[in-house]
Amino acid sequence: MSSAVSPATDQSVLKPDYGSTQRHFIFTEEHERLRESIGTFVERELAPHAEKWEETTFENWVFPRMGELGFLGLSYPDEYGGQGGDYYCNLILAEEMARSNSGGLAMGIAVHTDMATPPIHLFGTEGQKQRYLVPAIKGEKISCLGITEPGAGSDVSAIRTRAVRDGDEYVINGSKTYITNGHRADFIVLVTKTDDDAGYDGFTLFVVDMDLPGVIREKKLEKLGMHASDTALLAFDDVRVPADAVLGEVGKGFYHIMWELQGERMIGAAGAVAGAQRVFDKTLQYAKEREAFGRQIGHFQVIRHKFAEMATKIESARQLVYTTAWRVENGDYPVREITIAKLYASRIAVEVADECIQIHGGAGYMKEYGVERVWRDLRLNRIGAGTDEIMLDVIGRSYGL
Amino acid sequence: MATPVPPFTAEHERFRAEARAYVAEELRPRTAEWERKRWFPTEVFEELAARGYLGLKYPREYGGRGADHVLDAVWTEELPRCGSGGLAAAIGAHTGIATPPVWKFGTEEQKRRFLAPAIRGEKVAALGITEPGAGSDVAGIRTRARRVDGGYVVSGSKTFITNGVRADFVVTAVKTTDEGGHHGISFLLLERGMEGFTVAGKLEKLGWHASDTAELAFDEVFVPAENLLGEENRGFYLIMANFQWERLQMALGAIGSMQACVERTLAPRDGSSRPAVANGQAARHAVAEMVTRLEAGRALTYEALRRFARGDDAVREVTLAKLATQRAAYEVAESALRLRAAAGASPEEIAELDRAARDSRLGPIGGGTDEIMREIVGRQLGL
Repeated sequence: MSSAVSPATDQSVLKPDYGSTQRHFIFTEEHERLRESIGTFVERELAPHAEKWEETTFENWVFPRMGELGFLGLSYPDEYGGQGGDYYCNLILAEEMARSNSGGLAMGIAVHTDMATPPIHLFGTEGQKQRYLVPAIKGEKISCLGITEPGAGSDVSAIRTRAVRDGDEYVINGSKTYITNGHRADFIVLVTKTDDDAGYDGFTLFVVDMDLPGVIREKKLEKLGMHASDTALLAFDDVRVPADAVLGEVGKGFYHIMWELQGERMIGAAGAVAGAQRVFDKTLQYAKEREAFGRQIGHFQVIRHKFAEMATKIESARQLVYTTAWRVENGDYPVREITIAKLYASRIAVEVADECIQIHGGAGYMKEYGVERVWRDLRLNRIGAGTDEIMLDVIGRSYGL
Repeated sequence: MATPVPPFTAEHERFRAEARAYVAEELRPRTAEWERKRWFPTEVFEELAARGYLGLKYPREYGGRGADHVLDAVWTEELPRCGSGGLAAAIGAHTGIATPPVWKFGTEEQKRRFLAPAIRGEKVAALGITEPGAGSDVAGIRTRARRVDGGYVVSGSKTFITNGVRADFVVTAVKTTDEGGHHGISFLLLERGMEGFTVAGKLEKLGWHASDTAELAFDEVFVPAENLLGEENRGFYLIMANFQWERLQMALGAIGSMQACVERTLAPRDGSSRPAVANGQAARHAVAEMVTRLEAGRALTYEALRRFARGDDAVREVTLAKLATQRAAYEVAESALRLRAAAGASPEEIAELDRAARDSRLGPIGGGTDEIMREIVGRQLGL
């Protein structure tokens, strides 16, 4: 027997120490209280408007109202008006927003809390935090994030919006598209190219006020789903910003935005799971009420098994998200796990929504049941924040392939 | 080392490293031969017992390690890396399905006679439930035990019994009443050598070649009353009590098997640092798909384990975990085989991955089929 193999002693094996509770191990009693308070708020104050907002996009008062309740700064420090909570609080917000029955609304909020403002918190100067983060947490200023361009989607490095130094200023020219909150935003976190010859080191982030001369909100884009959100095509025509509008380091924009994308993917995954769970619950209810051939359709074996398959997918995805969030909260930077969670959660959410349409039959195809909307809304998850194919590439490359 | 994900602790991970090295150095080099011979030597039970692997979760008074199910879970994950699902199944049947009922429901004397020697690897255990006419439908078993003076007389047959050819004792489900259904099932400890107890056949299988799978025949076998395990007519409860750990163990085994398949897919060859699979996006994505199946299954299985280990009701999570991992393990093994074969793997490597695929095909069948799992989940949802 090899000497490398030595038996562990009895004493070396500790029993895990956790309380006897039904709660998932990452959550505390305090988290559950937060979940309840967000859930109640969403159901009482947001969900009743969901139908109307599909036509008009959601109204801006949502931001100050959520700011007032502390929901826009759950994990930001007290000194900026945040609640000082941990990362799980953001997860809970993303999950509970699904109760609004409006993917577009949930996305508009998530862009603000988990995509546009985190770079300001992490990379911003004290001045930038006071000027942008503090009012954003209060919901007084609305934010958006500008990465995608007409010619640069999955390939972020193909960005051509340019920022050129001119004395104490930068002059920005270019365009951004598919920008969530783009029409209502007060400021944008913008990815630009500042050096054509520096490759990945040639990008820089800026925080740009949207009321500056030369910022043009061109078109409100029509979409398959997410109708409650506004999606903009933006143009920047000789927009002059002071040098202190640079966010983070000049030349580090690509890396800054790659960091941002990890949070975006995590929160997208959490939202996808919650959306899937919500449409699952709704469809389960339907299957218990709807009768065909003399019995509840849920009592047909094929339908029962569809629910079992959906439950398996949803629970796997949820546990992936929670485990990955646990790693994040414990100080890891688990790019591969985040990517897997984002890929898996997005896919299963679309599969679940599709199966829920199928179980509803004709009713699932009709607008009034709200199932087709979930399908349309969730379909974005397989594209936004990095497509399924980009996720597969990231995972594969992480093994040297 | 990164902080291990609960329920695992640093101590569990130390044990994992030790078990992994043992499996790689002492078991894996021998499994190809065992597969060819359709048999592994029975002494392997004693080898494993000497390391304590057969009694991890059992109390010390019976020779166990006195640890918990989490430690057993680590071992269950590591064992499939030996490359023989048959060996893993045989050990799993011994420690995970045949001996737990003796521990949970046995008398003190039964524990001394059966559990302690099983932990020492001196007696091989098997569980006998399935019959030619009763698989998923456990209530349909027909092996009959008649009350006689001083015990029972058993007649009937069992099939698909892992370890059945070599077992020293078989924890056997029998009907003790004529009424149908769940209520008349009891368990008897049948011992090799009892008159009328014969091994009627050793079954050939798609995979699991190193393990022996038996048909057992009972022709008027007298079983003394002290071999009744648990209460008469309460056997169905015993079956149900055991299912959760059996299914969780299968999920954990599938995780271990998928992990091994992923690692073997990613292994470089000929001094290269790059995994020996085809160049190009298709292979890259195929690997990413394998890893995604693995990690989704792992996350769910660990949640089931956390709940089970802390004594919470884990039926839902365990059932979902089994459903999420068994078909996945087969598909991941099949992908590994395809990717490596296409990149010019050696016959030995192909044989091992081919075996992994065939071995894991049992997963969606054994311990309750995928269809039965869907029934359980569906019914829990009120459907």
